[in-house]
Amino acid sequence: MNLNFRRVTRRLRYWLRHSERHGLLREEMEFHVDALARELMEQGMPEQDALSAARWKFGNLTQKSEESRSTWISGWISDGAQDLRHAFRTLRRDAGFTTFAILTLGLGIGGSCTIFSVVNALLVRPLPFTSPDRLVWIWNNDRDSEGLSGETVPTGHFVALRGQNRSFSDVAAYYAFYGVGDSKLTGDGQPERLSGIPVSQNFFSVLGVKPHVGRTFNSEECTARWGVPKAVLLSYGLWKRRFASDPGVVGRPVTVNDAPVTVVGVLPASFDFATVFAPGSRIDLYFPLPLTDEVNRRGNTVSMIGRLQPAATVQQARAELSVLGPQIQKKDPDRNFDLRLSLLEEHVTGRLRPALFVLACAIGVVMLIVCANLSNLLLARSATRQKEMAIRAALGAGRGRLIRQMLTESIVLSGCGAVLGLMFAAAGTRVLRHLDAFRIPLLESVHVDFGALGFTLLLAVLTGLVFGLVPALQVPATDVHDSLKEATRGSSQGRKHSWIRGALVISEVALACILLVGAGLLIRSFLRVLDVNLGFQPERAAALRVDPSSQYITQAERNAYLDEALRRVRFLPGIQAAGLTDVLPLGSNRSWNVGAKDRVSSYSIQHPPPPAFVRIVSDGYLKAMGIPLRAGRDFTERDAGSRPPVIIINETLARTLWPGRNPIGQTVIADVGRQVIGVAGDVRHLAPEQASGCEFYLPIRQSEDYSSVDLVVRTALPPSALASSVRMALKPIDPNLPANEFRTLQQLVDKAVSPRRFVVVLLAAFSAFALILASLGIYAVISYSVNQRTQELGIRMALGASARDLQVRILVRTLGLAGLGMLIGITTSSILSRLLNGLLFGVTPTDPVTFLGMFVILTTVAALAGYLPARRASRIDPMAALRTS
Amino acid sequence: MGKEKPKADLLQGTLDMLVLKTLSRGHLHGYAIAQLIQQLSENILRVEEGSLYPALQRLELNGWIEGNWGLSANNRRARFYKLTPEGRKQLNGETERYRQVIGAIARVMGTA
Repeated sequence: MNLNFRRVTRRLRYWLRHSERHGLLREEMEFHVDALARELMEQGMPEQDALSAARWKFGNLTQKSEESRSTWISGWISDGAQDLRHAFRTLRRDAGFTTFAILTLGLGIGGSCTIFSVVNALLVRPLPFTSPDRLVWIWNNDRDSEGLSGETVPTGHFVALRGQNRSFSDVAAYYAFYGVGDSKLTGDGQPERLSGIPVSQNFFSVLGVKPHVGRTFNSEECTARWGVPKAVLLSYGLWKRRFASDPGVVGRPVTVNDAPVTVVGVLPASFDFATVFAPGSRIDLYFPLPLTDEVNRRGNTVSMIGRLQPAATVQQARAELSVLGPQIQKKDPDRNFDLRLSLLEEHVTGRLRPALFVLACAIGVVMLIVCANLSNLLLARSATRQKEMAIRAALGAGRGRLIRQMLTESIVLSGCGAVLGLMFAAAGTRVLRHLDAFRIPLLESVHVDFGALGFTLLLAVLTGLVFGLVPALQVPATDVHDSLKEATRGSSQGRKHSWIRGALVISEVALACILLVGAGLLIRSFLRVLDVNLGFQPERAAALRVDPSSQYITQAERNAYLDEALRRVRFLPGIQAAGLTDVLPLGSNRSWNVGAKDRVSSYSIQHPPPPAFVRIVSDGYLKAMGIPLRAGRDFTERDAGSRPPVIIINETLARTLWPGRNPIGQTVIADVGRQVIGVAGDVRHLAPEQASGCEFYLPIRQSEDYSSVDLVVRTALPPSALASSVRMALKPIDPNLPANEFRTLQQLVDKAVSPRRFVVVLLAAFSAFALILASLGIYAVISYSVNQRTQELGIRMALGASARDLQVRILVRTLGLAGLGMLIGITTSSILSRLLNGLLFGVTPTDPVTFLGMFVILTTVAALAGYLPARRASRIDPMAALRTS
Repeated sequence: MGKEKPKADLLQGTLDMLVLKTLSRGHLHGYAIAQLIQQLSENILRVEEGSLYPALQRLELNGWIEGNWGLSANNRRARFYKLTPEGRKQLNGETERYRQVIGAIARVMGTA
């Protein structure tokens, strides 16, 4: 113990003065050599001979002193420090190369780190709830309903399931048909439209979320009448923004939809309903969901989240649901109750998994290309540094030491690249966090954390080793003599390793090829999706929430308000059409079962009438949306409460109910029997990729069954220019009209395709980067070989080869390399592209256009990269080339 | 590099012991230590310079010897080493151990 302590202090003292001590040791050794020489001289040897004999006997002074020194400082530490210093010096000398290398590495590592952070946030990091691995998503598989209606359950079934199950410690629910901007918050400043969501009383306790201030709902608050909640919880964001983080807001009433509601609490900043359950939107208010008969009658409305009992497994819970479901259904046979269950995590991010997997693979490929490219550059550099290496070897550096020196250099490079990469990643994740328009869950929690830092560090070291290893192994082994001599001639080393450089370029091209094919397929899918005929025309149309205020009690009053709103807006200059609707396309969807009156007897529980989407619209809506009317007429203002009930159905519903017959004039049983007055074109309401289903439109003046009203206008002007004039026109009849929420329909479409756009944009960027790197790789190799063969080319020209001949030869070699790379790349990607199948739309994994396009792009780029050195070669002056040797 | 001549090579532990023993005679510089070992062993043991200096550093690090700069016989600056009290203790221990080992080997060789 004592001995060890003193050893440490002695060692420290040595380190503090190590250069001085080193010098003294050297002096001590020189004294020894001197003494040896003196002895030899005394024996009669001439001075010169004696000295060299003594030196020879003693051995390499530097090496011996290093060996002695390593007693004090662990050899590898001092060597490492030396290597580092040397690496920085060499790299600084070659600023161009260094900048390029660090930049490429920075981009590659930055991309990797960003993708890692996304994958980490979305797939690896647990959901921001207590023990999220015990949370499950329970959904209905109601084959008789479409869209969200088919996945949700009535509250009565939820209550029954909650009471009867044994697998869950608790089950919570939220009302899935909340509308964006359903809640109008007035008082305390500008009126504002917010999204609120009714949740069951135990919702927050099931998730394990405790309010930041105040409390969650009590059972009394959960028995209020539907639509008139007594209590509300605020999101942290809203509390901070609108109430200046005032804890005194708890217990105070706020005005939501013109009625007072008491704020009972504020949720913590870490809880964000939207980023998990409804990405791309914002939920600011939480209301108690009353579990009353009144709400149960609304049909399939709630989504369920369960927390498994500590002992229960997903399989057990699934088994129990399959028994319990039919039992509960017996009491209410009208509603299908076929429950499915998966881990909540899978439900939230499962759909993104393939896309993220593709992105992770893509960035991996990019990193490989980066490595191949840098390997190549380092090889070229190491060829010019043969002489330096030989000298260092002659001075006593072992091969291992030289290899370590080279690897230190490459790791220093990748370390610098990693620092730059981290900056890129920090910027990249910042951009991603603020992509509000992207419907991707948990995107807001993406950031560079310790995991990402560790990953980057690992990646930097690994990258440095990978791209440094091949050049490092080219260090001359023993033939110091040969290298010193050969280095002046300079060509043999290059030729010896030309196959390595060739192989590197081929692999770069092959990897770039794989990326290009993947990106190409996804880009073409994306274009196909954008090209899809949505059934409506989103260009130059916009929507604004105009819900009738709760002061209008009767339907007549509400209709009068809606009539007035339409009249005022239609009067504005630039408005081509205006109409009202309760649901916009690509939003949430509900469905009813509707049958043909003349076939009513054929329907039963086993064969129910087909489900169809419900839209409650006014006259002019179809025109404002650009939905074509195929037959019959549109609604008019006179299709109001007192007139005969009418309905417009879409083509699919017409075909389903009356195949091959004219539907106009027939009667549909929806809420009541309604006469078909028109047939509208199909609209893709669920997603651009998904075909439209059955759908029908009810006149808004004949149905009260809407929870929100959107005004849709079609204009000749850019929609944004219209926002203020529309608002001005509506101000007199609704002074509390909130200022936000003027959405263009194009925004809705953009949001719907945003996850796809996300993947496509990133992948396209990756492949562009890969293409640039591959072309630089080709250029570097061809250019290098031209330089190496200047003399040979000079001789060829002197012997009569034309400049054209040489150019063709070089181009052929370039295209040969690229062709081989593409051959490997095409073979690999035709196998790999099948993995993309789930992400493709409208193209096959072996889409010939994509493969051909990739081939053309790569060939062009390769030809260009080869042409520049070829042109240089053809301008070689034979005489000059021959003389330089 | 690093190629060791096999003949009369000293084991590391042995060299340390020999250096300590030599230094028990007084202050000596590195060259003198090498010379003395060679002479005392009647030219059988030759100290490799390559291993002498690392050995000296090692002994110094352990606190068994101390080096001080002084003047050599022909007036040149040289580093003289001397045994510390701890070094002497170490030497005694090693001598004891050496005797035991030699005795043991002798008994084995004798009976064979």
